Amino acid sequence: MYRSLLEAIRDAEKRGMSLSQVALDLESKDQGRSIDDIRASLARALVVMRGAIGDGMTGDLRSASGLVGGDAAKLRTGPDGPLANTPFRDILARALAVQEVNAAMGVIVAAPTAGGAGTLPAVLTGLAKARGLSDEKLVDALATAGLIGAVIAERASLSGAEGGCQAETGAGAAMAAGSATEMLGGTPSQAGHAVALTMQGMLGLVCDPLGGLVELPCVFRNATGAAIALAGIEMALAGITFAIPCDEVIDVMGEIGREMDVRYRETAGGGLAATPTGRKLAKERLYQIRRS
Amino acid sequence: MVSLLDIIGPVMVGPSSSHTAGACRLGLLARGLVSGTPQSALIELHGSFARTGEGHGTDKAIVAGLLGFRPDDERIRTAIQIAEQEGLDYKFEKTTLSDSSHPNTVRITVERGEIQATLVGSSLGAGRVLVTEIDGYPVEVTGNFHTIALVAEDRKGSIARITRILADQDINIATLRVSRKQKGGDAFMVIECDEAPGEGVRDELRALDWVRWARRLDKVSGA
Repeated sequence: MYRSLLEAIRDAEKRGMSLSQVALDLESKDQGRSIDDIRASLARALVVMRGAIGDGMTGDLRSASGLVGGDAAKLRTGPDGPLANTPFRDILARALAVQEVNAAMGVIVAAPTAGGAGTLPAVLTGLAKARGLSDEKLVDALATAGLIGAVIAERASLSGAEGGCQAETGAGAAMAAGSATEMLGGTPSQAGHAVALTMQGMLGLVCDPLGGLVELPCVFRNATGAAIALAGIEMALAGITFAIPCDEVIDVMGEIGREMDVRYRETAGGGLAATPTGRKLAKERLYQIRRS
Repeated sequence: MVSLLDIIGPVMVGPSSSHTAGACRLGLLARGLVSGTPQSALIELHGSFARTGEGHGTDKAIVAGLLGFRPDDERIRTAIQIAEQEGLDYKFEKTTLSDSSHPNTVRITVERGEIQATLVGSSLGAGRVLVTEIDGYPVEVTGNFHTIALVAEDRKGSIARITRILADQDINIATLRVSRKQKGGDAFMVIECDEAPGEGVRDELRALDWVRWARRLDKVSGA
């Protein structure tokens, strides 16, 4: 796969193709698989993503520790806020739903990781529903998202233990933003700016889950990650460009991750995990898990 | 080489691609070394695996892998109970491997009948794994291919002989790495194959008197 998103964008422009097309074309060559076969795998991933959203929306799930669960349903049935009846609110609910399923040991698609699995399906399926877009378009978008994730994996990291939450939900948000921008009719270049505009807003984000569990704040970070992705999409489609190229923004995410103190890299040694309440809750709940 | 489907995937039981899906794959790789569900397993957890494993179901996931369940199998949730029903005698210990070990590393020692094997492997994130040691020999096995690892005397024509055995069985080699510590010392080979080598291939390799040791590892990830 490409190691540079700018190179993929140049390639797409030169050949008059979309990012999803150049990504599928290269994947087909790299892996010796037909494009139809790759699309079929992505379509199966889409089915699992929708299943997780559906399961999470019921509000019946609780995580092993009991710390998270039931909040996606609140956005569906709870009182209205300023975003009531908008795709925005629906997307927040979808992101929470996937992560609640994940925390309850349900089946999800790790895209890019399990801890960051909510943002991408929430943004893509939420926007596709709002615009009445076909599954065909969603599969294309997943290919673009995979391309963006592959570039991030090569240039920076997709692991919270290596690069903090910016490498997981930050990557998920950047993948969602770039792929949704193209899905909604944006050019490859606009998709690149959506990635840069979104990632710049996630830079420095630490990975600080209570007790080291993929629960709190991970579930909510996927929803706020979706919000930042939507901001990136809206700005990019409006023609706003970001002066630092997407590859360089991705590089700096990697650099910040490498410099980040180990307390902020999934070890529960700092951040929210190390607050008085964070420590107390983790201790109580881990004790409960051991007894169960 | 990163594949799109490594990024949009794997489909897996939560909550953590490194602590759950990757852990399950390491269990599957250990199972493959003894060609079936082991009778006993010693699972030594290092670093983050030891610290936060319980809450992530790392214990359940490794045992599930030893039972032959893949990362998307919902039976992972109840793997501990299933292991007890199936007579898999497992034991977890917390350990500290070398300082240079990846934070998510495990050493798994399995026994089935006469066969015993040990692997050290790490979960690298996004469900990707890397086996770094088998029976004390340093290796690099990703589980993305059917893999043969072997140690042979460093002699002329050994690679040709081994590749011929694979070719005769209609097995295509994806990658082949050969290394040795010194001239005339043991040569170490890791062969990644597109098709699954049967036990016949392994036995044929072991029958060569200059092959000291050979192991077959299953493909546990990728398309």
